[in-house]
Amino acid sequence: MATQTSTAAAGGQPAEEPAGPVRPARGRRQRRPDGRRSTLLHRLDVRGAPYAFIVPFFAVFAAFSFYPLIYTAWISLHRVELSSLDLMEWVAFDNYAALLQDERFWNALSNTITIGVLSTVPQLLMALGLAHLLNYRLRGSTFFRVAALTPYATSVGAAALVFTMLFERDFGMINWTLSLVGVDNVDWEGNKWAAQIAISTIVIWRWTGYNALLYLAAMQAIPRDRYEAAAIDGASRWQQFLKVTIPGIRPTIIFTIVLSTIGSTQLFGEPLIFGQGPNGITGGADNQYQTLGLLLYEEGWKNYQMGRAATVAWAMFLLLILVFALQRLLKRRSSRSS
Amino acid sequence: MKSTRKLFRTRGTAVISAVAALGLLSACGGGDTGGTGGGVKDGKTTITMGLFGVMGFKETGLLDEYMKQNPNVRIEAEIAGDEQTYYTALQNHLAAGSGLKDIQGIEIGRAKELVDKQADKFVDLSKVSGTDHFLPWKLSQVTGKDGKVIGLGTDIGPMAVCYRKDLFEQAGLPTDREQVAKLWDGDWAKFVAAGKDFKAGSKDGKVAFMDSASGLFNAMIYGNSEQFYDKGGKLIYKDSPVVKEAWNLASQAATTGLTAKLRQFQPGWDPGLANSTFATTVCPAWMLAHISEKAGPQNKGKWDVAKAPKGANWGGSFLGVMEKSPVKEEAKKLVAWLTAPEQQARLFEKLGNFPSSQKALEAPQVANAKSDYFSGAPIGQIFGAAAQEIPDEQVLGRKDGTIKDIFSQGLSLIESQNQSPEKAWKTTDERIEKAVG
Repeated sequence: MATQTSTAAAGGQPAEEPAGPVRPARGRRQRRPDGRRSTLLHRLDVRGAPYAFIVPFFAVFAAFSFYPLIYTAWISLHRVELSSLDLMEWVAFDNYAALLQDERFWNALSNTITIGVLSTVPQLLMALGLAHLLNYRLRGSTFFRVAALTPYATSVGAAALVFTMLFERDFGMINWTLSLVGVDNVDWEGNKWAAQIAISTIVIWRWTGYNALLYLAAMQAIPRDRYEAAAIDGASRWQQFLKVTIPGIRPTIIFTIVLSTIGSTQLFGEPLIFGQGPNGITGGADNQYQTLGLLLYEEGWKNYQMGRAATVAWAMFLLLILVFALQRLLKRRSSRSS
Repeated sequence: MKSTRKLFRTRGTAVISAVAALGLLSACGGGDTGGTGGGVKDGKTTITMGLFGVMGFKETGLLDEYMKQNPNVRIEAEIAGDEQTYYTALQNHLAAGSGLKDIQGIEIGRAKELVDKQADKFVDLSKVSGTDHFLPWKLSQVTGKDGKVIGLGTDIGPMAVCYRKDLFEQAGLPTDREQVAKLWDGDWAKFVAAGKDFKAGSKDGKVAFMDSASGLFNAMIYGNSEQFYDKGGKLIYKDSPVVKEAWNLASQAATTGLTAKLRQFQPGWDPGLANSTFATTVCPAWMLAHISEKAGPQNKGKWDVAKAPKGANWGGSFLGVMEKSPVKEEAKKLVAWLTAPEQQARLFEKLGNFPSSQKALEAPQVANAKSDYFSGAPIGQIFGAAAQEIPDEQVLGRKDGTIKDIFSQGLSLIESQNQSPEKAWKTTDERIEKAVG
C-alpha cells in the first residue's frame, strides 16, 4: 500500500509545485532590475527549492520502498535461506511456478478473500448506521465520537489478545454466553468458519468507529436544504437516508471500500495472535485461517526460505495492483454513469 | 500551500531546512558498526548477553553475584520472552553480522543448525578448563565434526509423568507414585492402556486422561538416539519405526478420546490446569514450575510425579561465545562460571531448571530434592534417574524444532479436525517436505 499512495502522491506534486512560486518571483524581479548574480541565485532558489523540498521524500521512498521492492523481486528469483543470505542460487521463475501449484497459496488466497468479505461488509454497513446515528443532534456528541474512535487507537496486539481469550474454547466468555442459550462448545480456533468469523470480529471491532467518523464527516457536508426539500416532498427518514445521504457520501464510501480492501489483503497481526504459537504462523493446524500475509511469514520466518517468502510478497503486490486497476475501472464507470 | 510559502519565505530558512532534512536522512544510514556492545573501557569490562525464556541467570541473581566477585566486570543481559522470536532475531543478526551479543543462548532445537551452518561465528569452547563435568551426551549436541564445541550446557529436560492423584483415585487407578509408575513400566503403550482404564472408570466424563496427543508423541520420540534424522543428516522420519510407533500410539489416544485436545503452552492449556480438565501430562523437569504456577494453590498436593515408561529428554540450552566479541576471554570465563556445577545446582533449587552437569546431579541439594507442591515427590531422584536413562548419543537434525511443530499440528488435525490418521500423516509429510526443502 505504502508504495501506491506514494507513487500517486508523487505524480501529483511536481506538476503543481514549480508553477506556484514562479508567479510572485516575476513581480520581485521588476523591483530590482540590477544585480545579475543575485537574480541567478534567486532564480535557482525559486526553481530549485521546490525540488529540494521534495527530495527527502523521494530519497526515503527510494531507500525504504523502491529499493526493497526491487531487491525482493531479485530475491524471489533465487533460492536463499535466512542463515546464509550471501549464498543465492539462481532458479529463475521456479518459485513462482511452485507457488501457483501450491495448494497453500490458493488456500491462503481464498481465506484472505473470505475473511476480507466477512470483515469488510458488516464493518462498513455498521459504520454507516453508526455515522447516521451520530449525525443526529445528540447530548454529548463529542464523547460518542471519541468513543467510536477508541478501538482504532488500540494496538492490534492488545485487541487480538483480549479477543483470543474471549474466544477460548473451554473457558472463554463467548462460549460461556453461548452455553446459556444452549449452543455447546464452539471450537473457535479449530473450526474453519468459526475461526474466520472470530478474526473478522477483531477487525470489525477495530475499524468500524474509524469508518463511521469518515462517513460522519462526509454526511455533515451534505447541505441541509436537500433534506428539507426531501421532507417537503414527503420522504420518510429512511427514504431520506437512501436517496439523500447515501448518494451524498458516495465518494467516501468508495474510498473506505478501497482502504478496507487493501487492509484485508494485508491481514496479518490478528490471525497471527489469534492462533498463538505454531498455529498462529500456519493459520491453524489445518491452515484454516492462514492469510497471504501469514503464508509469507511462514515461508520466511518458520521455514527460513527467503526466496519463497519474497515470491509470496510479490504475488501479494501484483494482487494489490490488480485490485487497484479494478477499482479504477469501477470508478471510471461509476463517474460516467453519474 | 499559502502558509508553507509564508513559512519558507527567506532563502536562508529554505536552505537550512533542506540541509537539515538531508542530515536527518544520513543520520539514519550511519550508526551501527557491527559491534557486540561489549568491550573494555577505563579498565572495566562490559559483557553483553542475549538470552530467552527463563534461563534464570538474571532472575536468580547469579549475574549480580559474578559482578560482585569481579568488580571490573559489568554484564548486560537482554532477555527475549519467546524462543521463536529470539532465534529469528539471532538468525537476522548472524546474517547481517551486526546486533549480536558477546554471549548468546542456544536452544537444543536450534543446536544442530548452528553447529552445521554457523559454527565459524562461535568461539571453540572445547579447551576451556574445568568443563569436564557435563553428562556425556550434553556437549556432543553442540560439537561439530572437527571437534569444535560451540556452547556449554545449561539445563536439560529429563521427562516424567505428572498426574493428578485425586482424579486417578475416582477412576479407580492406584495413586501411589511407585504403583502408578508400574502401570506403564517400560512401555508407552501401557500408558495409553492405563488411559483407557481411566476413561472406563472415571465418574466425570469431562476429564480427559491426558492434555494432548503431541505431548505423548514428543516423549516417545525424545527417548531415542535417532529422532527425525540419522547420523548422516538424512531425514528418516518416514521410515523410522520409532516415529511410526509414536504416531500410531498418539493418534490412537486422539481417536479414542483420551486427550483434552489442548495445545501445550497455548491458550486453553493453563485454564485446563487450573480447572482440572485432564489427569496427566508428560512433563520435563522444567515444566513443574509452570504447572505449579498455573494450576494454582487450590490444586497443591493433588499433583504427583511418577517415572515415565522410558527416559527421554525434552529441551535444554547452551551458552555460546561469539567470534565477533572483543572480550572473548572474559566471556568464556563467565560462561564457564555460569554453567559450573555449583551454579547449576543453585538454578535447580531456585527455579527447577534441571542440571546438565553430572557433578551437580550428584550434589545433595539436587539428588535429595523434594517438591512440596507435587505431594513431596522426590523430584531429584525421579528426574535424575530419567537423566541417566537418556541415550548417550542423541542425533539432532537441522530442522528438529520445525518438524516437531509440524507433527504436533498433524496430531491436532486428528484431535480437533476429526481427520483420519492416514490423511493427517499425508498432510504432515507434505508439510515437512515444504519446510525442509
